[in-house]
Amino acid sequence: MPNMSLKRNEMPTQNPSERSKNFKEVALGYTEEQAIDEAKRCLNCKNQPCRQGCPVKINIPAFIKEVSEGRFEEAYKIISESSSLPAVCGRVCPQENQCEKFCVRGIKGESVGIGRLERFVADWHNANSTEKPVRPASNGHKVAVIGSGPSGLTCAGDLAKMGYEVTVFEALHLAGGVLVYGIPEFRLPKAIVQKEIDTLKDLGVNVETNMVIGKVLSIDELMNEYGFESVFIGSGAGLPKFMNIPGENLNGVYSANEFLTRTNLMKAYKPDSNTPIKENKEVVVVGGGNVAMDAARCAKRLGANVTVVYRRTQKELPARHEEVEHAMEEGIVFKFLTNPVEILGGAEPPQKGWVTGIKCQQMQLSEPDASGRARPIPVEGADFTVDCDCVIMALGTSPNPLIKSTTAGLDTNKHGCVVADEDGLTSREGVFAGGDAVTGAATVILAMGAGKTAAAAIDRYIKSKN
Amino acid sequence: MYKILRKQCLNPTVTRMDVEAPLIAKKAEPGQFIILRVDADGERIPLTIADYDREAGWVSIIFQIVGATTEKLNHLEEGDFIHDFVGPLGKPTETDGLKKVAVVGGGVGCAIAYPVAKKMHEKGINVTSIVGFRNKDLVILEDEFKACSDKFVMMTDDGSYGTKGLVTNALEDLILGGEKYDEVIAIGPVIMMKFVCKTTEKYGVKTIISMNPIMVDGTGMCGGCRLTVGGETKFACVDGPDFDGHLVDFDEAMARGSMYKPFERKRHEETCNLFKKEVK
Repeated sequence: MPNMSLKRNEMPTQNPSERSKNFKEVALGYTEEQAIDEAKRCLNCKNQPCRQGCPVKINIPAFIKEVSEGRFEEAYKIISESSSLPAVCGRVCPQENQCEKFCVRGIKGESVGIGRLERFVADWHNANSTEKPVRPASNGHKVAVIGSGPSGLTCAGDLAKMGYEVTVFEALHLAGGVLVYGIPEFRLPKAIVQKEIDTLKDLGVNVETNMVIGKVLSIDELMNEYGFESVFIGSGAGLPKFMNIPGENLNGVYSANEFLTRTNLMKAYKPDSNTPIKENKEVVVVGGGNVAMDAARCAKRLGANVTVVYRRTQKELPARHEEVEHAMEEGIVFKFLTNPVEILGGAEPPQKGWVTGIKCQQMQLSEPDASGRARPIPVEGADFTVDCDCVIMALGTSPNPLIKSTTAGLDTNKHGCVVADEDGLTSREGVFAGGDAVTGAATVILAMGAGKTAAAAIDRYIKSKN
Repeated sequence: MYKILRKQCLNPTVTRMDVEAPLIAKKAEPGQFIILRVDADGERIPLTIADYDREAGWVSIIFQIVGATTEKLNHLEEGDFIHDFVGPLGKPTETDGLKKVAVVGGGVGCAIAYPVAKKMHEKGINVTSIVGFRNKDLVILEDEFKACSDKFVMMTDDGSYGTKGLVTNALEDLILGGEKYDEVIAIGPVIMMKFVCKTTEKYGVKTIISMNPIMVDGTGMCGGCRLTVGGETKFACVDGPDFDGHLVDFDEAMARGSMYKPFERKRHEETCNLFKKEVK
C-alpha cells in the first residue's frame, strides 16, 4: 500500500543556534525507516514525469521501488547507471525545479523527496557496501578531461564505463572543482566528494592534479604529442566579478571565490590551518545567489554578524529557497533593494587601508529588463551606510580566459564562454566542452548533464573515426 | 609529489632548491612562478622560478625564511618531497625590442632578477645589474650576476661590501652619468620597487617591476592578488606579475601585503617552537 500522506518525511537537521557555530553538515539524512516510509509515497507512475526533470535521466521510480522494499544496494545500482555523483546531487541539486517539480504527488500535497532518497541510497552504499565497481576492459582509446568539477567528473565516469582510458587534468591540488573549493563542508562534506572521486578512480579514471592546462600543457600538445584522441573542456567559470566601485581593493574585501577557497579548500576555519582568514565582527555579503548564501553562512560560522545586501527583493533572490531559509534561521540579516556604491576605508591607523563600512543606495523596482526581471533603480537621496569590517563580493563569475587564449581556433562568445553545439562539440575537431565553461555560472546538475551528453558524443566521434 | 634534487644554503636565511618537475622545466620562462604546498595540510605559497634545466627536468626556487611555511620548507632535505608544485604561472618577462637594460635586484628579489638578467644577456641585450643587500652576509648570486652582466654594481646598506648605499643611489648615478636604458627592471621589496620607480620617473625611463602580492590559487580564480594599475584592477597571477611600475598603486599594494601579518607572526613562532621541541 502506498503511503498517502500529503507531507513528505522531514529530514532531521542540526538546530540553527548550534549549527551556526560549526561546519558540520546541517541536514542529517533519513534513517532506513524514514527512507522506506518516504519511498512508499511514490506511486510508480507509468509515464514517469519526474524523469523529464532530471538532467541525467535517473530511473527514479525504479530506484525508489527498491528503496521501498529495503533493497538499498539494488537502488544504488540503478542510480549509478545514470549518475556518477549521487551523494553530491542528492544534496546540492535544486530538486524543486527539477525532478520533484514534475512529481504527481506534488499536485496535491508535497512531491516525493526524491533528492533525499537519492542521498540516502548513496550514503547507505558508501557506509555499508564493500563492492568495488567493475573496471571495464580498455578499448584502447585515450580521452583527456580538463577540469575535475561536476561536468568533468561525469564525463570521465561515463567514458570510463565505456572502456576509454581517461585522464582528468586538475589545476588545483585537490579534485572536485566547486564541490571542494566552493560548496561548504556544512552543505557537502568533503569526505563524501572524495569518496565519489575514489569510485571514479576504481573505474580506471586517472586524475592528475597541479596541472594548469594552458600553462603546463596545451590542448594541442595533449592531442598531438600525448595521443589523446578527444578532449573535454570542463574548466568551469571561476573568474570572479567585481563591481568596480571605489574602495574595492581595501583590506577586508574578498571575492566570494577567495573567501570560500580559503575556508573550504584550505580549511581556514580550522584553528590549526596554515592558511589564514581575516577575523571579522561585521560582514556584508553583496549578492543573492547560492554563492552569496554559502559565503554568508561560512562567515557566520567564523563568528561574525552577517548582512546580505541584494539590489532586488526577496522574491527575485536567485539562491535556492532552502538555502535562504537556512541562512535566515541561522540569524543572517537580509537588506533588500540595496545597492553598494562605495566601500569606505579608515582615515587613520590602525583602520587606514581597511574596510570600515559600505555606502549603499536604496533601490526601487521598475520596468522589467531584457532578462524579464524588474530593473532596480535608485531612490534619489536615500543613500545610507552599513558599518562593517569585511565585504564579500558574490556577484557571479565568468570563464577563465586561459584555455581560450592558448587554443587556436577555439571560438568563445562575448561573455568568454566556449561556443559548443547541443552535443558539446566546439569549433575544434575532437574538442568538446560543457558545464559552466559553456553556459557561464549555472548549477552542478546542469554541468553533470552536459558532461554526460558530451561523453556520448565523444564516444560517437571516436567510433566514427576508427 | 615533487622530489628535491639539490639543496644549497645561499646565506643564513636564503635557500636554493632544485626540484624535479620535468613538465614545468620544459615550459618555464624568466618572470614566471610556481605555487607550492609543503605538506598535505600546507598553505599555497608563490615562489619565482629562479632557474631551470629543460633537459634534466628540474626548476629551482630560491626562498627566504620569513614565516611558518618557508621555515617548514627549509626543513626538507635533498631526496625529500614537496607535496604540490604547480606552474609555470604568470606571464614571462618581455624582452622583445630591448637593446640596453638595467636590472635592479634587492635582497632575495635578486633570485627573481637573476633569471631575467640571464635571459636578456643570452639574447644579446646589454645588461647592467645593480644588486643591493643589507650587509655582506646576505649577498647571494654574485658570481651568477657577474657572468651575465656587462656592468655589475654591488650595493650594501652598511657599506660592508661593494658600495655603501641603496640601489636607487647607484641607478641615479648611472643615469646622471649618461647611461641610456631602454628599460629598468626592478625586483625586490615593494618599498624598494616604489623608490626605483620614483627615481626613473624623473628621467622618463620606462620601468617594469615584478609584484609580489598575497596569492592563493595563482590561476586567476580568486582575485586575492589584485592590485591597481593605471586606475584598473589587475590580477597579478594572470595579468602579471610584471607591470609598468609608473602605473602601480604601491601604497595600496603595501597595505594589502600586510593583511595577515599578526596571523603570520603567530604561526611562525608556533612552527619554530615545534621544530625546537623535535630537536630535544
